[in-house]
Amino acid sequence: MTLSTDNGKGLMLMIRLENVEKHFAGQPVVHPLSLTIDEGEFLTLLGPSGCGKTTILRMIAGFEQPTTGIIRLDGEDVTQLPPNKRNLNLVFQHYALFPHMTVEQNIQFGLKMKKVPAKEQRERIDEAIRLTQLTALAKRYPHQLSGGQQQRVAIARAIANKPKVLLLDEPLGALDLQLRKNLQAELKQLQRSLGITFVYVTHDQEEAMMMSDRIVIMNTGKVEQIGSPRDVYERPETLFAATFIGENNIFHEERLFTVRPEKVRVTPELADTRKTGIIQDIVYLGNVHKLVIHLENEPTSVTSVLDFTDQRDWSIGQKVGVHWNLQDEVTVGR
Amino acid sequence: MNKRSFGVLAPVVLWLSFFMVIPMLAVIFVSFMQRDNLGNIVWTFSLDNYARFFEPLYLGIYWDTIWLSVLTTVFCLLLSYPLAYYMTTLGPKAQKFWLIGITVPFWINFLIRTYAWIILLRTQGVVNSLLMDIGLISEPLQMLYTQGAVLLGMVYTFIPYMVLPIYVSLEQMDKRLLEASSDLGASRWRSFWHITLPQTKSGMMTGSVLVFVTTTGMFVVADILGGAKSQMISNIIQNQFLGARDWPFGSALSVIFVISSLVIIGLFNRALRSSYDSSKEAKA
Repeated sequence: MTLSTDNGKGLMLMIRLENVEKHFAGQPVVHPLSLTIDEGEFLTLLGPSGCGKTTILRMIAGFEQPTTGIIRLDGEDVTQLPPNKRNLNLVFQHYALFPHMTVEQNIQFGLKMKKVPAKEQRERIDEAIRLTQLTALAKRYPHQLSGGQQQRVAIARAIANKPKVLLLDEPLGALDLQLRKNLQAELKQLQRSLGITFVYVTHDQEEAMMMSDRIVIMNTGKVEQIGSPRDVYERPETLFAATFIGENNIFHEERLFTVRPEKVRVTPELADTRKTGIIQDIVYLGNVHKLVIHLENEPTSVTSVLDFTDQRDWSIGQKVGVHWNLQDEVTVGR
Repeated sequence: MNKRSFGVLAPVVLWLSFFMVIPMLAVIFVSFMQRDNLGNIVWTFSLDNYARFFEPLYLGIYWDTIWLSVLTTVFCLLLSYPLAYYMTTLGPKAQKFWLIGITVPFWINFLIRTYAWIILLRTQGVVNSLLMDIGLISEPLQMLYTQGAVLLGMVYTFIPYMVLPIYVSLEQMDKRLLEASSDLGASRWRSFWHITLPQTKSGMMTGSVLVFVTTTGMFVVADILGGAKSQMISNIIQNQFLGARDWPFGSALSVIFVISSLVIIGLFNRALRSSYDSSKEAKA
């Protein structure tokens, strides 16, 4: 497992977690973790629910105190600082917009608390509203907005403060698929144009792959792997990482290794192949065409994604050869 | 209204008309009548009863009543909010304990509870003895049969009506709003002022209306703790029906009081809502 400290781009460090650990009622929910996040980086904490990713985010925001360890923000030790003294903002999972304030007043709230001069408040509100395309809705109340619009307000309210870091706790979790896809692209765009560090929590691996510079894969309070989307997909280090991101074939022989379905080739000829098996299922999804093959003399199935130019006829029950290249085997730890 | 919904509503309408509308109409009707020397109702129309209300004696008592009710409401609000807030900061067990503690007095007869205050407040009462024993005063204080005693009794009686709605609205408030406010740089005090207080307005509203309305209609406390000196409009009304046997005048006072209570509640509602609206418009 790598605990990367520098991604080699020579950027300034924004957040440093040093051996941060969190227990609830004596039970560890976050095992000792060290992690650095660069200025302007889009880092995603990815994992199933209960893996500790939200706890890490809440510790960075200041809503939880680490049991041990130090959290630094832009060089300063903020471990003991309350949330209102930290120069970062959190976009809450269910937005937590103030119901008795208009969109504009919600955005203004943070500026008012920080006693920003009135003129600058106006400019920053306008900018945040423009960036999140809320101009037409500025005078509305949260209950008059759709889920996607409320989400935009939550982001506008956070970025108006010009935080050093924006923390996002499953910000798209409550939205339907189509809207999620649009907002993912919008968020990524926004992050690039603002140049702010984003720390993003999600359980959706596709979302993590699409948006992140680096992904921290977590399971039961432990970091499984940290790496770029390409790293974690092509070079998973643990069994969990190999199966949580994308589909994978697991082989448990003298060692544990995985082969991605798109690296598995299927041939009607049975000679000179690694394995043979019987086609169990054919899955056609338009852009993806998959075969599920039950291996002979082994209790496992293998999935193969066919080349989209593949025009051969396959039928369930057909006996086929299964093959892959040695370099596509990825050895993983447990 | 279609036939079916009328069918559903019929029992409610009947119930209301029997216990509310018909008695109210009877009171309104009687208020325009006259009485003879023996106290019988004379069935001739007259506005005299309403004119009599504007005599200084009754106007004075009317204003005293309103003033006392306003004071009671304000004191209840000021005392109840911190208590309700404190309760919500406790664990579930302690909260239950406090809730029971607040409702226990309801199980004891109201008159007995009010008489208990006499034991505390009278010249040779518990409070005076205590103060004299520790040498703070040499002469007993006159506490019973004052306006202050009535106010104290009222506040004591009606505090639960204020605590419970405020407690409920505090409990129902989305606590994540406070996290959001803290995240946006607000101290605990400013979070309370800008988020908690506006978010619990409905509870304060409900409590205030409950306390105000019941205080204006309450005559027992003034009777027991206020003595002969302090009279509330309800004491006068009660007296017209039971002592003076002037039902038409008592009815007229009742009608005036119901109308003025409605007006005051309406104004109160309006004031709270418009303070909201004007703050909205100011930013617009």
